[in-house]
Amino acid sequence: MSGGSRLDSYIDRYAARTHGMTTSEIRALFAVANRPEIIGMGGGSPCVSALPLDIIAAMTAKVISDQGAQALQYMGGQGDPRLRELICGVMALEGIQDASPDDVIVTVGSQQALDIVSRIFLDPGDVVIAEAPSYVGALGTFTQYQADVVHVTMDDGGLVPEALRLAIAEVARSGRRAKFLYTVPNYHNPAGITLVEERRDEIIAICAEAGLLILEDNPYGLLGFDGPPLPALRARVSEGVIYLGSFSKTFAAGVRVGWALAPPGVKEKLIMASEATTLCPVALSQYVVAEFLEHHPWQQQVKVFRELYRARRDACLEALEGSFPVGSSWTRPAGGFYVWVTLPEGIDAKAMLPRAIQGRVAYVPGVGFYSDGQGQRNLRLAYSLPEPDRIREGVHRLAGVLAEELDIVATFSGGAFRPDCR
Amino acid sequence: MSDLGHVLVLAGGLSYEREVSLSSGRRVTDALTSLGVEVELVDIDAHLLPRLLRDPPSAVFLAVHGIEGEDGALRDALDLSGVPYVGAPGSAARLAFDKPVAKAIVGRAGLRTPASVALQHAAFRDLGGPTLLARVVERLGLPLVVKPARGGSALGVTVVRAAADLPGAMVACYSYDSVALLESHITGTELAVSVVDDGNGPTALPAVEIEALSGTFDYAARYTAGMTEYHVPARLSPEQSAAAGAAAVLAHTTLGLRDLSRTDLIVDADGAVMYLETNVAPGMTTTSLLPLAAAAAGLDLGTLCRDLLHRAALRGYSRPGAPL
Repeated sequence: MSGGSRLDSYIDRYAARTHGMTTSEIRALFAVANRPEIIGMGGGSPCVSALPLDIIAAMTAKVISDQGAQALQYMGGQGDPRLRELICGVMALEGIQDASPDDVIVTVGSQQALDIVSRIFLDPGDVVIAEAPSYVGALGTFTQYQADVVHVTMDDGGLVPEALRLAIAEVARSGRRAKFLYTVPNYHNPAGITLVEERRDEIIAICAEAGLLILEDNPYGLLGFDGPPLPALRARVSEGVIYLGSFSKTFAAGVRVGWALAPPGVKEKLIMASEATTLCPVALSQYVVAEFLEHHPWQQQVKVFRELYRARRDACLEALEGSFPVGSSWTRPAGGFYVWVTLPEGIDAKAMLPRAIQGRVAYVPGVGFYSDGQGQRNLRLAYSLPEPDRIREGVHRLAGVLAEELDIVATFSGGAFRPDCR
Repeated sequence: MSDLGHVLVLAGGLSYEREVSLSSGRRVTDALTSLGVEVELVDIDAHLLPRLLRDPPSAVFLAVHGIEGEDGALRDALDLSGVPYVGAPGSAARLAFDKPVAKAIVGRAGLRTPASVALQHAAFRDLGGPTLLARVVERLGLPLVVKPARGGSALGVTVVRAAADLPGAMVACYSYDSVALLESHITGTELAVSVVDDGNGPTALPAVEIEALSGTFDYAARYTAGMTEYHVPARLSPEQSAAAGAAAVLAHTTLGLRDLSRTDLIVDADGAVMYLETNVAPGMTTTSLLPLAAAAAGLDLGTLCRDLLHRAALRGYSRPGAPL
């Protein structure tokens, strides 16, 4: 290099952790995927149009007129005490009966909670153990802190205990230190799987034995379609688990209100880390959420969401059953937003995405949910936002795209396979 | 204030280059606004034509990349709507946007271009994919470049160094377009030479030399500041610079282009200038090559765009099907 320009005069000043922060073809494709002409089954956006928007507007106006002096002001870094108390009531529905508002930290979505937990625990080279696949936003955060992610297999019952034991042992053998297990036990993102009851205590015991903290991320827990939620991992033990919750899926993603429930020592550090980032969580949003929880039949609203998402899940599964080819398979979520699809052998979901966009349907390729290049044959379908008819149409379009892709792949594999449609 | 009247910058659309296009469009809009031009940035959708018919602008600047902006259809639609625009007419854009067609046309005009073959998926399916691929490798050698016949920003492009990687590259390419161009990979100095015509005939701007630090000028290297080192003017001998400029102007004229274009070239180890492709709606982002070249030539981007809009407004729209 000599004498040229790299079009960024700060290039020699960035921290090492910014290496790899590059734009990508996937970002380019998603810029198109957000257009209304495309049936978007990529992003896990909640259906906020099902909220009583007029009531929320009135509620917000009331917050500003009655409590504006507080709602438009800075506040303590741990978050509004009234909201923290109400959050404990929400967690009680997940089986967490012993939470104290003093141990709750309100955050800017649970994504900020992921960030501050990572900041206080992860040194470069540390290991995070996570399900295979795992939430892309969490993987991005762990990468920012230069941690290595070791994935652990899931089956239809969720995280496989024996695989977890082996992964912990393997990390120890390699001389590295695993700091925590990151897990989404309910209606997993992206896999749509729920950790079965009989494995929950075993997972906790394995982690306790290994001195491994559990980071339990539970944004979808109240959105189950088949009865009450399974008690959270944190409901079973009060130590060794940091629990993350969110109002993004049960109320509104745009308010950006989430929380962490942490053991006292951890909590103090999380508050300091949070204050260093945002000074305090968004006061106005907290007041609106608190108003919603206190003066609106919010559990009824969650029920509305559950029924709505159940109908959309059903539409998605029926369409998959009716149109996807032999050789493909998918999970059958009992709640949440996502179906995880495994495509026939030879298909690369990332390579197929441009064809899908051209076919006016979008999904998220599976590789983004792994830190080690797995997931080429997988894709995530989010059924949360489109209406059932659009979901059916989207899946049928995708089946057409897949048929074309199979034809191409068969061409270059010598015609070894040409699966028939169901 | 400008006497140009109301102009539009068209950007976005549904092509894979939507994000790049919006970035180009915003930059051109800002540059024109700073000169006092009454300008509006407008997306490409079903509302566009009714709007153009209801409230026709003096002229339109096309910052629409990819198939939607460069295959000629949008340009034909503008002509049908009686709206003048900057850039090549639809018929010429269509030829230039199709890389194998453009290579054939400029090749006949005397430009050298890497050995290549353009094949539809159907050819592989009907004749046997692995067998035909083996013939391609035998004739073109490795490494070779697989690229969609129509497209930009290196989307769907793979440099294949091992035959085992070729099937995957073909599948990725066909996801973007139904025709794949397989081209011998030339090692050398990569250049982008922009051509502008201010009314006195097409003129080459200083060549921009591209040095992708990763070794491949892919999507990330194009649009992430810091990943590529640009040398303007390129580190070439005066003779090579002149040859590169002449090649870009020849491509521009031979393809029947208008107002502006950008031709990508490579100077091989023997110093020969090889033609790769021509863009009829060059990128205008902060990491794009035409604005770099314009700055090196002492041209203000806003002034350049405004002058081209003036020319387009004076020229008026074309009747579709009219001879080039």
